[in-house]
Amino acid sequence: MAAGMTYFPIATNTLGSATSSVTFSSISGSYTDLSIVINSGSTASGQDIRCRFNSDTGSNYSFTYLTGNGSAASSNRATSQTFMPLDYNGYLSGSIATTTIINCMNYSNSTTYKTILGRFSTTAFGTDAAVGLWRSTSAITSIEFLTSASTFLAGSTFTLYGIAAA
Amino acid sequence: MPLITTLANASTRGYGGLRAGAVSFDSEFESIATVTVGSGGQSTVTFSSIPSGFTHLQIRGILRNTAGTAGSLDLFMNFNSDTSTNYRAYKQIGGTGSGGGFAAASGTSTAATNKIAPAAFADDGNTASIYNGWICDILDYRNTNKYKVTRTLTGQDFNGSGAIRFFSGLWMSTSAITSIDLTVEGGNNFKQYTQFALYGIKG
Repeated sequence: MAAGMTYFPIATNTLGSATSSVTFSSISGSYTDLSIVINSGSTASGQDIRCRFNSDTGSNYSFTYLTGNGSAASSNRATSQTFMPLDYNGYLSGSIATTTIINCMNYSNSTTYKTILGRFSTTAFGTDAAVGLWRSTSAITSIEFLTSASTFLAGSTFTLYGIAAA
Repeated sequence: MPLITTLANASTRGYGGLRAGAVSFDSEFESIATVTVGSGGQSTVTFSSIPSGFTHLQIRGILRNTAGTAGSLDLFMNFNSDTSTNYRAYKQIGGTGSGGGFAAASGTSTAATNKIAPAAFADDGNTASIYNGWICDILDYRNTNKYKVTRTLTGQDFNGSGAIRFFSGLWMSTSAITSIDLTVEGGNNFKQYTQFALYGIKG
């Protein structure tokens, strides 16, 4: 079996000022999976973090999660959304204290719908694990991150990795 | 894992965009082999002759099977062709999208069994084109003094049903893992486009 270099940082964005959305565009199809690591906060506490693929604003996103807030665990889902929710209790606080890790599995194929696996946590509110679905067979070429009703704090970091396979 | 130095007062900083031009910061996470299931389906996916030059293994993939049972079949995993009752204590916690997380407090476990079952996954009884996401870590796989432990995060969402799950598994053997077999419960096939990619992680 041949071994080779595999885990590539594609781009990173550290916000110099409060920003309403962050976009990774022109994503190469040369990898097998994408991994995005975000450390962020919002100017108004309690905001959700969301994403869209390929600028798709149709009702093509859904999400199932397991969450805990320090006293109880629960599970729920969101269906036919116009964005991919990326938290439940792991939402944004007024400081940069939320960690969001997303794995976009087999993102560049043009045959299957796209499934993501995510982990989201904020010490102030709770932690989540989730699976998300984008009902599209298009290869993912851009990802936009946005908040529910606020802006990301200056200093928030967004890093995109590509994971290649043999 | 690669580390990134971020920039203050910067907008997006690209590292090449195209894979060929990207900067690879290290080689601690390496691709070993990938299997993509073809049009006829496939009953078993095997990674053999796994090199010993790493500390941990990770398998990442998307998976679906050809049964029509709507998500009730398990993925099975065996090491080194061992099908004896040397596996046990798989547990899962997770959520199916309503109420409390199922088994969130205690999980479930098995007595000694003949395989690890680190997923219940999408099949042809579910909406077409939807595959599980699946990430499995096999820790300290070449150590000849310890039993081997796996951990898995997997999920499937069908826009109205589905689940997110964690699993752990144990292989009660001190042998270094040199091969991995992946099969579907009940002798069913993996669906076309199912893909498993095996990576080695250096310590």
